[in-house]
Amino acid sequence: MRRSLGAIVGIGELAPKRRTHGETTLGMIAEAARLAVADAGLEPAAIDGLLVGPQVGETPQHVPATVSEYLGLMPNMADVVDLGGASGAGMVWRAAAAISAGMCEAVLCVLANTREETAPRSPNRNPIREFDVPFGASGANAAYAMIKQAHMAEYGSRDEDFARIASAARANAQRNPQAIFHGKPASVEDVLASPMIASPLRLLEIVMPVAGGAAVVVVSPDRARSLPRRPVHLLGAGEKITHRALSQAPSLTSGPLKPAMARALAGAGVDKDDLDLLSLYDCYTIMVATTLEDLELCPPGRFGDWLADSDLGPEGDTPLNTHGGQLGFGQPDLAGGMTHVIEAVRQLRGNTPGRQIPDAQLALVTGNGATMSEATALVLGDEP
Amino acid sequence: MISPDLLADLKVPGPTETALSGPFWEAAERGQLLVQHCSACNRSILYPRRICPHCWSVDLSWQVASGRATLRTWSSIVRPGHPAWEPAAPYTVALAELDEGPTLLTQLRAEPQGLSAGLPLRVVFMRVGGRTLPFFEPAS
Ligand SMILES: [Zn+2]
Repeated sequence: MRRSLGAIVGIGELAPKRRTHGETTLGMIAEAARLAVADAGLEPAAIDGLLVGPQVGETPQHVPATVSEYLGLMPNMADVVDLGGASGAGMVWRAAAAISAGMCEAVLCVLANTREETAPRSPNRNPIREFDVPFGASGANAAYAMIKQAHMAEYGSRDEDFARIASAARANAQRNPQAIFHGKPASVEDVLASPMIASPLRLLEIVMPVAGGAAVVVVSPDRARSLPRRPVHLLGAGEKITHRALSQAPSLTSGPLKPAMARALAGAGVDKDDLDLLSLYDCYTIMVATTLEDLELCPPGRFGDWLADSDLGPEGDTPLNTHGGQLGFGQPDLAGGMTHVIEAVRQLRGNTPGRQIPDAQLALVTGNGATMSEATALVLGDEP
Repeated sequence: MISPDLLADLKVPGPTETALSGPFWEAAERGQLLVQHCSACNRSILYPRRICPHCWSVDLSWQVASGRATLRTWSSIVRPGHPAWEPAAPYTVALAELDEGPTLLTQLRAEPQGLSAGLPLRVVFMRVGGRTLPFFEPAS
């Protein structure tokens, strides 16, 4: 018997932009929040819970108070969710938990980022800065390149297999006018011909960083009945955090999403074969490959065979990232993870013009942070 | 492969040493690779910590490592994440699993062609922008 843990009743998403000019994160947050709260059919004053992301270099501490003040909110519950790309999905579960614990009734979950020309490098002091950066291994590309290399070495997976993921994301992006790569499809050959960035990772296997924002409003299933939008229910969730630096990872070819997805599906009472949409975090092609294998859609190492037999479009047998994924939509920093939540909500509402999955009832959303370190999985449904 | 002179002259961020990790970097300057060792569970630890991450014992001491390791994975960095590394690109970063157990992120003194998982490695200390860092090279 399924049971709704909470309902997503409003969504807001900003079109991704390559650059911003003099904008602030607070301003972008306000824009995404305004869209989501209006979509929910709520007055701003009804929002009594607030979940935000960290704002390195802008507001290092007291982020919830700063955002509340800017938005004119006085929430009864507020917090920072700091799970990298898993923050968006992680917020949805925390919002539902806070509501069922009686902390608040309507939670705004919001993430946004600017991309100014002169972004300062943050002054970090942590083990990654001390033991990885001095060797020339700054940034996520080096880590995911080494994860892809490990997969190819262990299983003999091929570059073409990975390129298929990027090409499929671009194909779906052609049906999302908001996507940064709308109008710019990429074939498997295009991906393979793109410049090597950190071997074996090529440019088109890596998300494009953009500015943007995304917000959702979560309320109780009871409250959802009185609101105008068809609610999308949280049926199950799972989370796992295993490490931060890749050198400390328990595995290079399987990640914390494996237990997180298993828990989310079990909690929801949903079989993976009943999912109508896979809304899978895709910072790199290798991230989708390990997620497909960790979901046990195919044996370890065999995602390439699985992809060859699958149609990932909205009318296909296994729709995957119908908004284009972040590989096709662009990655608005932490809000990039929230785009997977928002696309799932759109599809389950049943009105996604130009790319609606027929009779979509169940979606799996994944979030992934750091170097395959922080994982959150959500099962969303169109009914409690 | 980057010449030792070019490596030594790079203006790259060095280790942000702490009181706890000081002995590791001081030993590197002397050409020694240290690991932390936990006497309670008899396991080796890197990076160094205040408590053993396996058993939470505080009974930790420094030991000289063999310098032998195996290659777990690697990447040839064409476009570095930090601009100060651009003059050295392409260079190869790697995960080296020490014979003592812990895995270290490092840089390889080897061309990426011909590398394979499980390749035996040995430590080689290199001057990088005024500091001495434990790099690795093929053992044979
Ligand atoms: Zn111990």
